[in-house]
Amino acid sequence: MKAFTVSKAVTALMLAGLVLLPLYSQASGNVFILTLFTRIVILALAAASLNLIMGYGGMMSFGHAAYLGIGGYAVGMLAQEGVGSGFIQFPVALAASALYALVIGALSLRTRGVYFIMITLAFAQMAYYVASGLARYGGDDGLTVYKRSDFSGLVNLGNRTQFYYLCLACLFGVIFLIWRIANSRFGLVVQGLRSNEQRMQAIGFPAKRYQLVCFVISGMMCGLAGALLANNTDFISPAVMYWTRSGDLMVMVILGGMGTLFGPVMGAVVYLLLEEFLSQLTEYWALIMGPMLLLIVLFGRGGIMGLLGRFNRG
Amino acid sequence: MLLVVEQFLNGLQFGLLLFLLAAGLTLVFGIMDLVNLAHGSLYMMGAYFAATFAAWTGSFLLGALLALGATLLLGIVLEMSALRHLYGRDHLDHVLATFGLILFFNEAVRLIWGPAGLALPLPAWLTVPVPILPGIHYPAYRLAIIAVALLVALLLYLGVMRTRIGMLIRAGASNREMIGALGINIKLLYTLVFGLGAALAGLAGLMQAPILTVQIGMGENILILAFVIIVIGGIGSIRGAFLAAIFVGMIDTLGRAFLPNLLRQVLSGAAASTAAPALSSMLIYLVMAIVLVVRPEGLFPANRR
Repeated sequence: MKAFTVSKAVTALMLAGLVLLPLYSQASGNVFILTLFTRIVILALAAASLNLIMGYGGMMSFGHAAYLGIGGYAVGMLAQEGVGSGFIQFPVALAASALYALVIGALSLRTRGVYFIMITLAFAQMAYYVASGLARYGGDDGLTVYKRSDFSGLVNLGNRTQFYYLCLACLFGVIFLIWRIANSRFGLVVQGLRSNEQRMQAIGFPAKRYQLVCFVISGMMCGLAGALLANNTDFISPAVMYWTRSGDLMVMVILGGMGTLFGPVMGAVVYLLLEEFLSQLTEYWALIMGPMLLLIVLFGRGGIMGLLGRFNRG
Repeated sequence: MLLVVEQFLNGLQFGLLLFLLAAGLTLVFGIMDLVNLAHGSLYMMGAYFAATFAAWTGSFLLGALLALGATLLLGIVLEMSALRHLYGRDHLDHVLATFGLILFFNEAVRLIWGPAGLALPLPAWLTVPVPILPGIHYPAYRLAIIAVALLVALLLYLGVMRTRIGMLIRAGASNREMIGALGINIKLLYTLVFGLGAALAGLAGLMQAPILTVQIGMGENILILAFVIIVIGGIGSIRGAFLAAIFVGMIDTLGRAFLPNLLRQVLSGAAASTAAPALSSMLIYLVMAIVLVVRPEGLFPANRR
């Protein structure tokens, strides 16, 4: 075992808190906190998926919210057409996200740097307009999901606690997967590409192919978050894909600490709790949140994880 | 015929408006290497300032002039207080910081002007239809936008390519340290360039204001279009931004106007009327995708660094 560090302790504390939250909610009778944290866990999952390509792969996707929408619409549209089984809905959501990621990734990866940021942004915006044009599925107004995904008695998504634990299990599963990917040969190649693409190519790795596979995996993970999100809100609308949503995800990753395993989870928890807290404090919460982001960028490099890491050096 | 000419002019007008926005964006990026998502917020502020000042002074032109100065000033303050510290940092830091600024501006506008939109009424002499061809009239205001934007484009081109300041700006873009070593106040130069970019965004905003409502978040949709333009045109290239802006403005406007009818020729009426709006919104993104497949650096890439 490696030595004790502050960041490890805080991470462990946060994870324990996430696991024990339903118990607290039950004991205190505070139902709202469970609903809030279900949302937080789902968006943490999306942020973790973004971190896979952004933190490890160096690909700054500014269109990740598109997958939230695609996963969500897969559930919503199938439910609308009378297919309620989660065993069909979730695989379809994953497949649709993978397909979208494959096409978008193949096009976007031709570019790099700021071009990549803007391309992914523009394609997500395109997905947003497509969803707004789906008259049969609510168009601009969005689509109500009348019945949550049915897992034939295995888990009951209508039960708050069970649904929360399902989301948490998905989050932990995804983080485990990211950990395995990051430490696999494949992951090391992708990380190598982040630091020096030309050199990796010279060694003989087909750079774009590795990056594309990583891009698709990340998209599928975020699609899963989208499918969960539609179940959580019983509703899916184009607004989920709007570009400021992608910005939110990016903020969560950077706030928590890009390229760290638990950073995005930390970022999601802090960002969304802050949003919740500030919005209770004042209607104009973004007036405080905006400059706060600016200050974090200017003074808090490496995010919360980086900040916590500093305790050990002193 | 009448419709075609009118839509063509609409496309030109929209394209030129987009150019004003994209020029500022590409100038700031090309020269300072700063990704400014809050550029759309400056566009919004231009519109709000214009609506407010026009109401105070009772004159559209005076209001527009004051608004132009106000956005210029706002840009300078913004650069000096916040963005100056971001030069040389990672692009991701820019994205995050300027995303924070968007939140701030949207909320500040809500606080100051309230959640409802504003209107910027036109003076009577700008609302009259002007005959441009025998039997074809076109609104004077839209013609004015075309004239102003063309004039600004020309001045911008001459300013950047033919003046001493423009030379310094271009030199600063390729080597910041060298220009500083020659005894040029590069900090001031950057502040001025950013202010100019802000004023261009403000100009686009205030000119668009009488056509649309002035509302919160109005800069966000159009900012994405500006991004598409500078990606198609090649980042950092004013000429690329100009041509791509007109191209995108045309495609977007003509697509919206004629696509429904074209689709109706091949699809059933109901299917066409559902597909057309989505397809015409997607059109420019499709064009962008095609451009990138052929030319990943855009159509007119600026000098490579």
